[in-house]
Amino acid sequence: MSAPINEMKMVVESRSINEGFSRVAVAAFAAQLDPTVEELSDIKTAVSEAVTNCIVHAYEKQVGKIYITASIYDNQIIRIKIRDRGCGIENVKQAREPLYTTKGGERSGLGFAVMESFMDKIYVRSSVGNGTTVTLTKQICGRCKDD
Amino acid sequence: MPVVIETSQDEVKAIIQGELDHHNAGAIRKSIDESVERLRPKLLKIDFSQVSFMDSSGIGLIMGRYNTMQLIGGEVEVDNPPPAIEKILKISGIQKLAKIIKTEEEQK
Repeated sequence: MSAPINEMKMVVESRSINEGFSRVAVAAFAAQLDPTVEELSDIKTAVSEAVTNCIVHAYEKQVGKIYITASIYDNQIIRIKIRDRGCGIENVKQAREPLYTTKGGERSGLGFAVMESFMDKIYVRSSVGNGTTVTLTKQICGRCKDD
Repeated sequence: MPVVIETSQDEVKAIIQGELDHHNAGAIRKSIDESVERLRPKLLKIDFSQVSFMDSSGIGLIMGRYNTMQLIGGEVEVDNPPPAIEKILKISGIQKLAKIIKTEEEQK
């Protein structure tokens, strides 16, 4: 893929208060693509899921850094990378299965399923002991359909 | 307050306010569980009309309350979800556990 047209990078600590900040910051960056309310809400939700995973799973017993990059490409495409240097996922395929959770009770096990249905593409790369990168891609049609 | 609790006989209604994510879910869960344990209602209504954002932590919250209500022989009802929240509710299949009810007078 060619170089992005525009890019934003941010680093936040894995504190749950930053879940709201992260999704709003990415949504504010995505706003330049003139998304619909629904598209913006989809992005916020997917980012919230990925960042929550970093806090709940990757850095379960510590506070670490979450690296977020949002890039805009031709054809109204936004790609959001959320990377941690936490524990990593042993079995990515299993982790992506709807309702699979290692936490029980209050966690639904739907994080990846929600990211998959709210974004066009999701790519997960993980290495145990080194961390996880989740890449979310979505084409923003916004009001282009009206043209 | 992230949640307002209204109680009547056999019923607890929890009106969640603002954003429902992993960060806020704990406090909301505590308030709801406190009332449920105290009153042991037949029906727990969770109202989403004033929720501006929700991710899968909200689904976890409903699932957890469903489990609690099962233990005391009661049911959970999900009231007035805005469109964005309805979307995530549908993906989750939560409607198999809790009825989703829309009362029109509460929709703006």
